[in-house]
Amino acid sequence: MAQLDGRPFPPGRYPLVVVGSGPGGMQLAYSLSRLGVEHAALSADDAPGGMFRKWPLFQRMLSWTKPYTGFQPGSREFERHDWNSLAGDEPAHRGLMASVMDGTSYFPSRPEMQRGLELFGERTRLQVRYGCRWEATRKDGDDVVLTTSDGEYRAPRVVFAVGVAEPWKPPIPGLEHAAQYGELRPVETYADRRIFIIGKQNSGFEIASGLLPLARQIILASPSSTKLSVNTHSLVGVRARYVQPFEDSVLAGGVVILDASIEEVKRTADGYDVRVRTTADKPLQFLVDDVIAATGFTTPLRDLADLGVKTFGQSGLPAQTYFWESISLRGIYFAGTINQGSKGLMKHGIPSNSGAVQGYRYNARVLARHLAELQGQTLDRPAIAADEVIPTLLREARYGPELWHQRSYLARVISFHPDRGILDEGVLPLMYFLDNERFDGAAAITLESNGHEDLYPVVYVRHDGKVHETRLADDPFLNFETVQHRTDLAHALEAFLSPSLSRPRT
Amino acid sequence: MAGQELADTIAGFALFADLSTPQREQVVDVFSEQWFGDGEKVLRQGLSGSGLYVVLDGAAAIRIDGVDRATLRAGDYFGEISCLLGEAPTADIVAMGSLRCLVLSSSQVESFLKSNPSVMYRLLQGEARKVRTTTKWLS
Repeated sequence: MAQLDGRPFPPGRYPLVVVGSGPGGMQLAYSLSRLGVEHAALSADDAPGGMFRKWPLFQRMLSWTKPYTGFQPGSREFERHDWNSLAGDEPAHRGLMASVMDGTSYFPSRPEMQRGLELFGERTRLQVRYGCRWEATRKDGDDVVLTTSDGEYRAPRVVFAVGVAEPWKPPIPGLEHAAQYGELRPVETYADRRIFIIGKQNSGFEIASGLLPLARQIILASPSSTKLSVNTHSLVGVRARYVQPFEDSVLAGGVVILDASIEEVKRTADGYDVRVRTTADKPLQFLVDDVIAATGFTTPLRDLADLGVKTFGQSGLPAQTYFWESISLRGIYFAGTINQGSKGLMKHGIPSNSGAVQGYRYNARVLARHLAELQGQTLDRPAIAADEVIPTLLREARYGPELWHQRSYLARVISFHPDRGILDEGVLPLMYFLDNERFDGAAAITLESNGHEDLYPVVYVRHDGKVHETRLADDPFLNFETVQHRTDLAHALEAFLSPSLSRPRT
Repeated sequence: MAGQELADTIAGFALFADLSTPQREQVVDVFSEQWFGDGEKVLRQGLSGSGLYVVLDGAAAIRIDGVDRATLRAGDYFGEISCLLGEAPTADIVAMGSLRCLVLSSSQVESFLKSNPSVMYRLLQGEARKVRTTTKWLS
């Protein structure tokens, strides 16, 4: 596979091509390799890590890796507490972030994150053709043809894991004068200045938090009111690491947080004149020294929309099926943070957690299995003894990292067959289970949140063409293996299992 | 651009007809946009935790026990009854071709309607029409 220059995957035809070498592309390439799925992995970058080679801007992650959990790094249980490592199949490939962090914070610094990803690439001998830039795309019969800086690649299926990290500005008159995320000057040059930040999501609050010690005043404005993750009980909203500007706003007034649409940004002799209109229809004017647009990021999909890939929203995310395929162009798949375009059931308004490493690393593993099946592989579905069903499902609810990090999106599925016995179907998208006749005579367990209570497991039973949903109890210690849980789960599964199996084994 | 384009699109929908431009921008912000592929279910009969959906583009079938009863199109909304009553939907809603919707989760519906009384009134009118149709149908 290697060329004379030592790089793998020379141009040509492959069953599958993966584009990108951030955590999403790395996880997918790794999981495909482990399953023996032939593919080519290409990246425009010259080393692994994607956007974490330069961002977050203030050089620290907002996702944690908790070192002391009662479980060894490398164990499956540890992954619940480790949001930053890629998901290896064996202990030597798992929990690597814990080994590169210096212990001063449970949020890794950006260089630690980069090192952790590089270490994963080294340990797993991940094969990627670096320095190979995807430039254009066309369809040729069933093949997708990628023009790259190294030549043409063809494949019936292509997975794009190219991130959502291109700063985007809305078409507000005068906004072209504003700096964007990634274009900030050295922080000390913001000392004693009035700074207007457009955008009230994590990137806006990251900048506000970073400039708090220096700025004279910070104004944060956008039309919608900000949610906080601690209030939504999910990753929807501004994360706790960045709430200090809120406290300053309510206690001291050094920060102003406004719900308003931005009408115009004008340059003045020594700064900017920003005109806004509040949601109560009141016009306001701000004279400031700097304007920063933290108005979000877009997806660098090049010409895929022209080819028929439907995109939506300000980020231009491709609309995807629950297996992360374009809803409008077959054969085009996505991995990594672009998976945010597949929101799942949105139960209680909470989308899939696919914008973050700890969510999409599992998507990639599930996608790798799906692609392996599409290429004709028969995947192992181990048999389970009847008396193992209830303990297995409850243990998954308590410790299964896929369920923890992809609530109401990924489910552990067990199927019951009169002839073949009871089979472990592994981790699958919940929607695939709900809407696929193949699972008539099967059960799935998920973890879910409703935005105001503690999280709880939910069991879905498909029987005689109907789906029955049962919520299991929440638990202050997050222990879902109690006698009550066993009894309730046995009741939900009584179409398949004898009620006597609810008793704990002795 | 996407936000403004959406705010303009919903200006033509009866439900949001009385809102000012900043209010419509806020609607677009509070709701989230979601796409569904052909044949994909948007709402599922009997499943908890759904929301209020407004069709932006495309069409969807109201399917009860496997039988299609009606078609929803741009400007139509669904899921409001299960949000208002806190009960699971009594029908499946299934995308017919690519379907684009705005979604508001059931937990946000009450505060949204209370802070947008004109939308609440339009929604009541919609429900009144549904009751009238059902009454005619029964008599």
